[in-house]
Amino acid sequence: MTPILKTVAILALAAGLAATPAAGEPVLVYSVGGKFDGSFNEAAFRGAERFAADTGEPYRDFEIARDADSLQALRGFAARGAEPVVAIGFNQAAAVAAAAKDYPQTNFSIIDMVVEAPNVRSVVFREHEGSYIAGLLAAMASKTGTIGFVGGMDIPIIRRFLCGYRQGAASVSPDIRVLFNMTGDTPAAFADPARGAELARGQIKRGADVIIQAAGGTGIGVLQAVADAGVLGIGTDSNQNGLHPGHILTSIRKRVDVAVYRNFADTQAGTWSAGLEVLGLAEGGMDWVIDDNNRALVTAQMEAAAGEAAARIADGTITVHDAVSDGECPL
Amino acid sequence: MTAGQLPRWVDYGLMPALNVAAAFLVSGLVVLLIGENPVEAVKVLVWGSLGWNEGIGFTLFYATNFIFTGLAVAIAFHAGLFNIGGEGQAYLGGLGVALACLALDRYVPWWVTLPFAVAGAAAFGAAWAFIPAILQAKRGSHVVITTIMFNFIAASLMVYLLVNLLSKRGSMQPETRTFESGGRLPLLQDVLPGTNFGSAPVNFSFLLALAACLLVWVIVWRTRLGYEIRTFGANPVAAVYAGISPLRITVVTMLMSGGLAGMMAINEIMGSQHRLLIEFVSGYGFVGIAVALMGRAHPVGIVFAAILFGMLYQGGAELAFEMPAITRDMIVVIQGLVILFAGALEHMFRPALLRIFGVLAARPAPAA
Repeated sequence: MTPILKTVAILALAAGLAATPAAGEPVLVYSVGGKFDGSFNEAAFRGAERFAADTGEPYRDFEIARDADSLQALRGFAARGAEPVVAIGFNQAAAVAAAAKDYPQTNFSIIDMVVEAPNVRSVVFREHEGSYIAGLLAAMASKTGTIGFVGGMDIPIIRRFLCGYRQGAASVSPDIRVLFNMTGDTPAAFADPARGAELARGQIKRGADVIIQAAGGTGIGVLQAVADAGVLGIGTDSNQNGLHPGHILTSIRKRVDVAVYRNFADTQAGTWSAGLEVLGLAEGGMDWVIDDNNRALVTAQMEAAAGEAAARIADGTITVHDAVSDGECPL
Repeated sequence: MTAGQLPRWVDYGLMPALNVAAAFLVSGLVVLLIGENPVEAVKVLVWGSLGWNEGIGFTLFYATNFIFTGLAVAIAFHAGLFNIGGEGQAYLGGLGVALACLALDRYVPWWVTLPFAVAGAAAFGAAWAFIPAILQAKRGSHVVITTIMFNFIAASLMVYLLVNLLSKRGSMQPETRTFESGGRLPLLQDVLPGTNFGSAPVNFSFLLALAACLLVWVIVWRTRLGYEIRTFGANPVAAVYAGISPLRITVVTMLMSGGLAGMMAINEIMGSQHRLLIEFVSGYGFVGIAVALMGRAHPVGIVFAAILFGMLYQGGAELAFEMPAITRDMIVVIQGLVILFAGALEHMFRPALLRIFGVLAARPAPAA
């Protein structure tokens, strides 16, 4: 370890110490999508910003360009005494596992994946619980009996979201028809609003009158098409109700920001602990938003039904099937 | 390419160096524009990529990928074919490597798995280039169009296979199980005594890449097939007149090209990741085009160009890390400038150099 530490230290000196994070400074390493991806990474960024605003403490962040950068970044930060080192995204799991072994005194955290090590906190979300509520609300709001789903890249996390959505819709009416499309097979599928709009228009033509987007940047096009056609959309990841007021039924949020904030705040308070943290509806890791922009769209009946479903998911009387666990959706 | 009028060292050494210098000069202006010190930035970039063991290791690791994809593009160049499907061919090559490793890793040591993995990588990569090749040779569908379209088909096929068939259940990441020791190449520092690359993933495949360079050189310049490839590339009509089959040359060259691109997966999958995962190619296939252009489609040039791009990748990551004002998008700008000057503006300095060396050569008696 020492030769590496030495080289890193020399490197730090060569580069000028100004850029070096102070010991104990929290850091955030974003996933490949980049800091301003309009969803996942950006939510993490917002959590860190909120921490900085609340406490006045600085933090540092880093965007990796490819997975191979991750290990270097994590180790680089750990070598300079950063605490905690929070990695966003499942693709950094292998790097976190390796870095955590090399720097056992540093606290690491990974979002969206489980890494088992004595100095790693793993935070995973039950996205399917959030999308269950979305499906339930969509089915209740639909007049045609057909609702839609536009996903980004066809990967397990999006399938899990879809499966929860279908279960939620089916809980309202077994006859509900759920149209679903994935945008593509490359990461570009999360950044293609034109195709998102096209897929949404196709679903609207086939009768869908409520469409959820689970497609990052592509979803902006979905919601635009929905608003243009005068039907309803559902936002995800952040509060998108204000994008097209009166046309967004609700937004399902995955609170990556909360996870990041808690990591930073716990470290500052000295209460940080390693282990697995599973955040669903009950833990506030997933939620749905009602504000002035969508107040008129959500009836009291819908709100009560969603609230009841959330409560029953929280106490375990409803279990939402997780499509990632076995690759199947029971519908 | 119209070499010949210029001395070889100018064509292969001075001109690329001038191009890179021009690219760095313009990059320096961009760095200056965002309010950072360009000299400092160059220092971090060079130090980060060549100044310490682990940095060198990462540079060579990236260079290994670029050597394979660069050679793939270069060999097709010699036949006048523009294979821009390295991305998809490498992706499929990964499948070949993974299948070999998954089948054998629990039973045999790595050096037994390796030949099967190499065969798998080359065969799958070549197979992916075969259809565009045959379409070009028989139907005249241009490989530039078909190979790039095959990149998308490869992406869809691999996502389908990884999400539905090959991935472990319960994982968010579409990936196969991790290979056991029989499916892992040793690190370069364990093969070459006396070297130390820290925790960098540079591995045995670097030696394979150098061997591939030698092999390509022998095939292109020392065999009858290579002569036919170069003849066909220089003048397809004359080649036909000389009895060379366009069908055969097109298909064989594209198979070799695809096979070389597929070999990139040995480095990534068997050498570093130890599992097949989506999007592992992440642009190496495309950068291979720039590497081949810059290396003048010659193996030696490609090794140097690959190391330069390895430096840009590794040093660029260091730069983004050390100077937060220089984001990773800035690094892409710098890489783009190098590609622009070395690839697209390849001949920018040629007229001036021709004039200079024309004057110099005119004084002594012109040789040959």
